[in-house]
Amino acid sequence: MATRRRLAMTAAVAALLPVLGACGTAAPGADPTSGASGAGTVTLVTHDSWAVSDDVIAKFEADSGVTVKQVAVGDAGTLANQLVLTQGSPLGDVVFGIDNTFASRVADAGVLEDYSPAGAATGESPFAGLTPIDQGDVCVNVDTAWFDAHGLAEPVTLEDLAKPEYRDLMVALNPASSSPGMAFLLATVGAFGVDGFDGQGWTGYWSALKANGLTVAESWSDGYYSEFSGGGEGGTRPIVVSYSTSPAFTLTEDGSATTTRALLDTCFRQVEYAGVLAGTANPAGARALVDFLTSETFQADIPGQMYMYPADPDVALPADWVKFAPLAPHPFEVAPDQITAHREAWVDAWTEAVGA
Amino acid sequence: MNRTRLGWGVAVALPLAFLGVFFAWPVAALVGRGFVADGGGVDLGGLRDVLGSPRTWRLVGITLAQAAAGSVGSVLLGLPVAYLLYRTRFPGRAVLRGLVTVPFVLPTVVVGVAFRSLFRADGPLGWAGLEETFVGVVVALVFFNVSVVVRTVGGLWERLDPRAEQAARALGATPQRAFRTVTLPALGPAIASAAAVVFLFCATAFGVVLVLGGLGYGTIETEIYRRTTQFLDLRTAAVLSILQLVVVTGALFAAARARGRGERALHLEQEDVAAHRWSARRASDVGAAAATVVVVGVLIVLPLAGLVGRSFRGPDGAWTLANYRALGTTGGRNALSVTVWEALGTSLRTALIATAIAVVVGGLVALVVSRRPRARAARRAVGLLDAVVMLPLGVSAVTVGFGFLITLDRPLGLNIDLRTSGLLVPAAQAVVAVPLVVRTVLPVLRAIDPRLRQAAAVLGAPPGRVLRDIDLPIALRSLGLAIGFAFSVSLGEFGATAFLARPDSATLPVVIFRLIGRPGAENYGMALAASVILAAITAACVMLAERLRQDRGAGAVGGEF
Repeated sequence: MATRRRLAMTAAVAALLPVLGACGTAAPGADPTSGASGAGTVTLVTHDSWAVSDDVIAKFEADSGVTVKQVAVGDAGTLANQLVLTQGSPLGDVVFGIDNTFASRVADAGVLEDYSPAGAATGESPFAGLTPIDQGDVCVNVDTAWFDAHGLAEPVTLEDLAKPEYRDLMVALNPASSSPGMAFLLATVGAFGVDGFDGQGWTGYWSALKANGLTVAESWSDGYYSEFSGGGEGGTRPIVVSYSTSPAFTLTEDGSATTTRALLDTCFRQVEYAGVLAGTANPAGARALVDFLTSETFQADIPGQMYMYPADPDVALPADWVKFAPLAPHPFEVAPDQITAHREAWVDAWTEAVGA
Repeated sequence: MNRTRLGWGVAVALPLAFLGVFFAWPVAALVGRGFVADGGGVDLGGLRDVLGSPRTWRLVGITLAQAAAGSVGSVLLGLPVAYLLYRTRFPGRAVLRGLVTVPFVLPTVVVGVAFRSLFRADGPLGWAGLEETFVGVVVALVFFNVSVVVRTVGGLWERLDPRAEQAARALGATPQRAFRTVTLPALGPAIASAAAVVFLFCATAFGVVLVLGGLGYGTIETEIYRRTTQFLDLRTAAVLSILQLVVVTGALFAAARARGRGERALHLEQEDVAAHRWSARRASDVGAAAATVVVVGVLIVLPLAGLVGRSFRGPDGAWTLANYRALGTTGGRNALSVTVWEALGTSLRTALIATAIAVVVGGLVALVVSRRPRARAARRAVGLLDAVVMLPLGVSAVTVGFGFLITLDRPLGLNIDLRTSGLLVPAAQAVVAVPLVVRTVLPVLRAIDPRLRQAAAVLGAPPGRVLRDIDLPIALRSLGLAIGFAFSVSLGEFGATAFLARPDSATLPVVIFRLIGRPGAENYGMALAASVILAAITAACVMLAERLRQDRGAGAVGGEF
């Protein structure tokens, strides 16, 4: 199967070699033949977590006649900021991977063409020029086996985590260096605002977590593998900030159960968008690619490739996800323009509250 | 005469053009953006705000302390190892030399994870309480950099004529005194060189600091990263970049002074001639061996053994080869878009190009800088070039990478978008490798007795012939080392590579970072297996470079001293 796919790819690449050669020295999308037909090359700029099956992209290339050049540039924040910095001289033709925490900064910077496929099954976004492609929740995860073994009830809400029975059990992630860390900070901002948590606000909540023995990891992998007892790498703490999909990856041997659980009352929803970059030399090809990202073919490929839920609610999910990794019914929300306006100040306030 | 002048002109212009396009211009452009007000015009308000903040000075303090402790530690621990590996002969020496180089090229993310599990309360070094401490960070930095000292100092030490020290001993000096008054001053320039490089590495260390420092631990480098990539706060980042440049320039200046004082022509031997068979009766041999056992055992083998051991275990703790078998796949649930072997191919190709660029550019710089022109202005210019070429080690990869974005879209009016071309990654890696090539080749070139060149000229050899027959054969021997260094730096480079656009191809460190960031114990195990492969290949390359060097050394270029 894999071999056959590779063969197909090789054939596709061989067939495209002349095209690649012709475009090798040209600017992204600067193919003079591009026009209404949507031929030519399209450079797709993404973050490092972008992944797609070879045959899915090959299908798009075969159907549209467009050659896709994929370029990854760093994490989601780096991607967003690189786009803003290169306003007027875009890195490519299409961007994928702007999430709702960075969307308003990118949308306001004038780096996007105002295009969104009409009537796409993935829905619409509040931002001009950005189309939702996938989504996922960042939630507190618990090691259910640990809680069983210690005869302790699992926490349910954010408030529970500050209670004395959960002292020294939790691992959070630094929002300054980790995107799920930032998302969970936003969950607490959305949950408590400035006067929730008995009038102490979200910063008061973090102070309470810190006083309750919170530890903070610099990255998701560090927290999940080095510190979390359910990560299978010898960590000792049974509560960690992770994704709602994580429990689908800690199945028991026979796959009938999972050893971790996401607390669905502690979540923040991340939505990832795609858009056409302003100044593209191949607008038809770029739009065709964005259209394709909302198509069922691509949407169905997302869970297996990027660990995110497709934005199209009608696309079938992997069975493990349906069983063990549902989305939160009511995730906490923070207005995108608020995030853009306060991101830096919130991270500074968080750093202060956690006593760093 | 004219042709000579043209030759030197090219030798100066080529490296300057390369470093100008791929370093100076991008950095200047990005820093410049930080001082432009929203409506245009110059805005120096950032300078006042940032320099007025106590946080800034705390960051500067930590950066300086971390770099100073890291370089002192690396020199103190590196010297005895350099002695043992380059001044004595014993079975297994080549393997040990390769092993010492391994840490230098491991991806920082992997080292971070390896040390974290050592320092953890239940880990092998948990008793020391190093988790999330300053000392913990410094230990990891020494782990990375001790090989710089060993190789740089060792390269000179092995070729130092032992007769000077023997004469001192014969005249009644104690071994300690002979070492202090004869050997140490002769090694001075190499030690200063190594210390300067290590200082720069430690001052700009990024991944290790992020993983091991914990909350509240921050340096100028991590703050520039945070301000630039997460907030696009170029105003603050620009001021911090300038502060970083000041710190780095100060260090370089101090190192140049130290080098200048101790510098003179040395009587050099062919490598390994000066080495003696290791002997249990020599106190210095035994002491060096003991120190090496501690350094290599605790600092290098312990973390590496943990890494290797874990790479052969499955999620359930049982021994297995599954992690290695998985390297031919794209990971659990397709974590990768290429297999690890394909990424390794990309890495090797990239490293080849980067090494070629670095050796040409760095070799030319070393050649120019090794000369002492008679005119004072020219001497000054040479000194300046010597310092400037080191700067890439001291400037944040983030600043360079983001600078590329705004300068390389149509460089020099060419209709090529270099930002997304496949050449950018090797070029950026070469920028980082050039200073290492210079620092490896330069001490050897500088130590050539100028009388050799003069004698050749008197005998009628034109300048080109002098270069070919005197400088080149001697430089070639250190070139093997330089190639090994440049290749391994490029193989392990992560910082700059991670910020650059990579069309369709990821290098091995990027793939490892990605595997570690994906859920699933099998991906984590695969990341460790890939790290072991990367480390093994790097060690093999370095050993090969060493072997090449020895073969050549044994050949025709024997008796010119």
